[in-house]
Amino acid sequence: MGSYVPSTGAQREEMLRAVGVSSTRDLFRDVPEQMLLTEPLRIPEGMSELEVSRAMTAMAAENRVYGTVLRGAGAYDHYIPSIVKYIPAKEEFLTAYTPYQAEMSQGLLQSIFEYQTMICELTGMDVSNASVYDGATAAAEAAAMCRDRKRRVTLISGAAHPDTINTVRTYCYGTGDELRVVPVKDGKTDMDALRKLLTADVASFYVQQPNFFGQLEDAEALGALTHEAGALYIMGCNPIALAIMKTPRDCGADIAVGEGQPLGLPMGCGGPYLGYMAATDKLMRKLPGRIVGETTDAQGRRAYVLSLQAREQHIRREKASSNICSNEALCALTAGLYMAAMGPDGMAQAAEQSMAKAHYLAGALCAIDGVELAYDGAYFHEFVTHMPRREEVLSALAEGDILGGLPIGEDGVLWCATEKASRAQLDKAVSIVKEVLAK
Amino acid sequence: MKLIFEKSVSGRRCTILPACDVAPVSLPASLRRETKPALPEMSETDISRHYTELCKQVHGVNCGFYPLGSCTMKYNPRIDEEMAALPGFTGVHPLSPAEDRRGMQQVLDTAAQYLCEITGMDGMTFQPAAGAHGEFTGVLLIKQYHDARGDKKRTKIIVPDSAHGTNPATAAMCGYDVVNIASGEDGCVDLDALRAVLGEDTAGLMLTNPNTVGIFDKNILEITRLVHEAGGLCYYDGANLNAVMGVVRPGDMGFDCIHMNLHKTFATPHGGGGPGAGAVGCKAFLKEYLPHSALAEEPGHVQVRSFQGNFLVVVRALAYLLALGREGIPEAAENAVLNANYLMAKLRGMYTPAYDRLCMHEFVLDLSGLKKETGVSALDVAKSLIDEGIHPPTMYFPLIVHEALMLEPTETEGIETLDHAAEVLRKLYHKAFEDAESMHTAPHNMPIGRPDEVQAARKPVLRWRNA
Amino acid sequence: MLYPVELQYSKSHEWVKAEDGVTVVGISDFAQNALGDVVFVNLPAEGDSVTAGDAFGDVESVKAVSDLVSPVTGTVCAVNEELLDAPEKLNSDPYGAWLIKVENVEGSEELLDAAAYEAFCTEEG
Repeated sequence: MGSYVPSTGAQREEMLRAVGVSSTRDLFRDVPEQMLLTEPLRIPEGMSELEVSRAMTAMAAENRVYGTVLRGAGAYDHYIPSIVKYIPAKEEFLTAYTPYQAEMSQGLLQSIFEYQTMICELTGMDVSNASVYDGATAAAEAAAMCRDRKRRVTLISGAAHPDTINTVRTYCYGTGDELRVVPVKDGKTDMDALRKLLTADVASFYVQQPNFFGQLEDAEALGALTHEAGALYIMGCNPIALAIMKTPRDCGADIAVGEGQPLGLPMGCGGPYLGYMAATDKLMRKLPGRIVGETTDAQGRRAYVLSLQAREQHIRREKASSNICSNEALCALTAGLYMAAMGPDGMAQAAEQSMAKAHYLAGALCAIDGVELAYDGAYFHEFVTHMPRREEVLSALAEGDILGGLPIGEDGVLWCATEKASRAQLDKAVSIVKEVLAK
Repeated sequence: MKLIFEKSVSGRRCTILPACDVAPVSLPASLRRETKPALPEMSETDISRHYTELCKQVHGVNCGFYPLGSCTMKYNPRIDEEMAALPGFTGVHPLSPAEDRRGMQQVLDTAAQYLCEITGMDGMTFQPAAGAHGEFTGVLLIKQYHDARGDKKRTKIIVPDSAHGTNPATAAMCGYDVVNIASGEDGCVDLDALRAVLGEDTAGLMLTNPNTVGIFDKNILEITRLVHEAGGLCYYDGANLNAVMGVVRPGDMGFDCIHMNLHKTFATPHGGGGPGAGAVGCKAFLKEYLPHSALAEEPGHVQVRSFQGNFLVVVRALAYLLALGREGIPEAAENAVLNANYLMAKLRGMYTPAYDRLCMHEFVLDLSGLKKETGVSALDVAKSLIDEGIHPPTMYFPLIVHEALMLEPTETEGIETLDHAAEVLRKLYHKAFEDAESMHTAPHNMPIGRPDEVQAARKPVLRWRNA
Repeated sequence: MLYPVELQYSKSHEWVKAEDGVTVVGISDFAQNALGDVVFVNLPAEGDSVTAGDAFGDVESVKAVSDLVSPVTGTVCAVNEELLDAPEKLNSDPYGAWLIKVENVEGSEELLDAAAYEAFCTEEG
C-alpha cells in the first residue's frame, strides 16, 4: 500500500524521460532475464498505517508484561526515568548516521565523548570506546584484544553468563583459538583451578562481577593471580553495581566490559542492548570500534571527531582485529542520559536499593521451610535458592502477576530484585511461595 | 558548547526514586568503591536543555537530504517507532517462559518468513546486531559447513577489491586468508581473475550485488556457478539489497547465505551509528549452523550475541514490511533506482560518473578530473555541501575509484529534493573554477570548521577531565 | 627529498645502516612524505624475530595504515620507544628517527645505494 515514495506518476514519467528509458523495469536491464521475479512476492498486500498499528499491537498483546519482575540473568528491570525515554526519540538523534562528517555532527560526537567519560568514571579505566553490540560481544572483543602471537588461549570463568561463554567460544572458534572454561566452586570461580589453568600460552582471563549466580567474586585476588601468570585481566561488571562496587581498575583489570542494558534500556525481549568497553591507556589502540576524540578546528575551537580510525576495518581491512562498524550509539546516548538523570547519588541509590531488596527477598524466602540459599557468599541483587516444587511455585507467582526467578539446575531458582520492586510486591511474592509450599 | 560535566552543579539532582522501604544492606568493605564516580549532577531542566542543544548540532534524515552512498538513508517512518515502544514489546524479559512471549515469536517468525521470501532463502536468524555482525555470522555458516564435512583444506575467502572493508575483516575474524581479486574495467568481477584464484582451498566468495559502484553484475550466475564448482560457498553482502528487493532474489542468483542490514533496507533508524540489526538468511542445507542463545534457546550452537538479537529493531522492520507489502517492496526498489539514475543524469556534463551507464540505487562520481583542473577535491565538494544543508555523499569509497563521491538518494526523496541537490552540486562545480580557495576551507557556516584529525590521533583526548 | 649517501635502502622504502655491530632500520624521506602526517607507529618488541620482506609493524596516518617491511632477517635488539609518544619525528626527521635495531642479521633484501634508490623513487613518482 505505502512505500513512503513521494513521486507521483507524472513525476516518475518525467524522471524516466530524463534518464532516457521507457519504464522502471528498463532500469534493471543488467539483471539476467531468467532471474527477474515474474510473480508477486508471496507476502501480504501492503497496509495503511492504521492497519499496521492494529497488526503490531495485536502481536504485542500476545506477550505478557508482568507487574513485578523478579528475574534478571542478564536483563534487568530497573526504573527508567521519563526523560531517558523521551530524548532518544528526537529524530535528529534517531535518524542520523555514524558521525563521519564531524562539522555537521558535533552534537552526536559530543554525546559519545560524554558517554565515554561517564564509562571511564564508572569503571575507573582510562579510555572507553563508543560501545559495541552487547555485554557478550564486549567480552569476546576484549578477549580478542588480548591475544598476540605467543599467547592465544582465552580463559573464562564458568560462573559467567552462559550466553557470554558461548559467544566468546564462537569468536574463538572463528579465529581457531582455544577457550578454556574455569570451573566453578560454591557459586564462584574456583581459584585453585584458575591457578592451574593459567599457563604461559594464556592471553587473558575473564570474570563476571557479580557473576551469573549473583555472587560477588574475589575480583582483586583473581586479578593478581592472572597478572602473576603474565596474562591480561578482563572484568565484566554490572554497571549499576559499579555505582557502589570497587571499580575494575581498583581490582586490577586491564579491560572492563559489561552489559549496559541496566542503564536506562528496556528489557525489550532481549535487545537492542549496549556493550560497554573500557581499558587502560596502554591498550587504547587495541580497542575495537568507534572512539571519539577531542581536538580543535583551524580557529582553535574545541571540536570532536571520530578518532584513531586507522585501527578500524574500513582502513585496516583484513588486518583489523574486529570488523565492527555499526555499534549501539543510540543506546549509548540513552545510557549517558540515564547516568545524567540519576547522577552519582541516584545511581548509588538504585544500586543500594536493588541490593537491599534482593537481600530482603532472600531473607523472607529462606524463612520458608525447604527454601534455602544455594551459596553462602556475598551477593549483590541476584541470588540462587533451592526451591521445592519449583514449577508450581513459578506458575503460582505468574498467576499473581509476578515473573519469578529463572529456573536453573535441578531445583534452583536464580532470583533478582531491583529498586522497582516495592516491599509490598516482594511480600506478595513471598506469601505466594509460602502458600504453595504449605499445601 | 559546554560539556555536560561543565554544567554539573554539585548537589543538584533529579528526584527519581523513593526512599528505600526495606532495611539497607552494605557491600563487604573489601568490595566497596572508594570514591563516587564523577557523573554529572543536573536538574531535569538542565538535562532537557543540554540534549536539545546537542540535538541542534546533528543532521538527521528529518533535517534534509542524506545521499550517503551504501548507507541507504531512507526516511524512517514514525509508526515503526511507536510500535517498537509498545509496552508489550519493551516490557518483556527475554527469558520469560515461552508462553509469555508468543507475540515476540510471532514477530520473529513473520519477519523471517517475509525476509526469506524476499531473499530466496530458507532459514533466518535475527541474533546478529549489525551488518558486520551478520557477515561474521554468515561466514561462520560457511566455516561450520566445511568443518562438518571434514574439509579442512579450505582456507581462503575471495573478496573483490571494491568490497566494503568489513568483508576482508570478517573473513579474517573467521580465520580465513583473504584473497583480493581486482575488478574488471566495468567495476564488476573479472571472471578470469576469479577463475585464477578458485581452487581446492576456496572456502567461499563474499560479494555485494549490485556492487559498491552501483552496478548489477550481469555475470552473477556464472560467478556463483564457478565458486560452487570449486567447492566453495557464496556469501551475499546485503548492503545494497534496497536496489533489487522484490525484483530479483539473492537466492536465485546462486547465493547460499546472506545478511541484510535492517537499518538500511528496511527503514529502521541508524541512531547515529546503531543499533542496527543484521538478519542472516541461508539455504536449507545451512540451517543447522545458525546461531542460538545458549540460555534463551538451546546450547550446542554457535552464538554471536546474548539472547535473540536486537528484537526491537526487528519490530520496526516488520512494521515497515507490513506497510509496504508485496507491491510496495518492488516499488521502493524501482524508485530507489530511478532516483539514482535521475540524479546521475542531472549531473552529467559536469561531474564524471566513474562508470557512465545506467546505475542501480547508487552511483559513484570520479572527481579526479575536477581536482586536476581546479585543485578542488572530493573532500572539498563534500565539505561545501555541508554549508548547503546537504549531508555529503560517501567519500573516497570504493577504493578502486580515485576522488570518489558515492551518492545514494533512496526512494523516499522526491524530484524537488533531487533537483535542488543537482542545482547545489552545479553551483559548487562552477565555484571550483572561480573560488577554489573557499572550498578548500569549507564548511564556513557550521559550529566548527574542519577538525584537526592529526592532532586528535597523535595526542588522543578521549574523555573529559576536570581542569 | 633527501637520500643520505651513507645509508642503504630497500624498495619498500626502509633505510638501513650498520652501527656498532647491529643494523638500524628506519623509513626514508620519500616514504614519510608519501604517508603524510604519521599519527602512530606499531613496533615489535625486543627479542622478536624479523624476516626480510615481511612486515614487522606498521605506521598509521589519519586515514591509512602502511606495513613496515623488514629489509633484514634477524632479532630485534632495540626499539625506538620515543616514537610511541612522538610519531611526528618520522615526518620531521626520518633519518634520525630510527625504528628498530636488529642483531644476529642473517640476510637481507636487495638493498640499493642512495643514487639507485633516488632513481627508483623518481620512477615510482
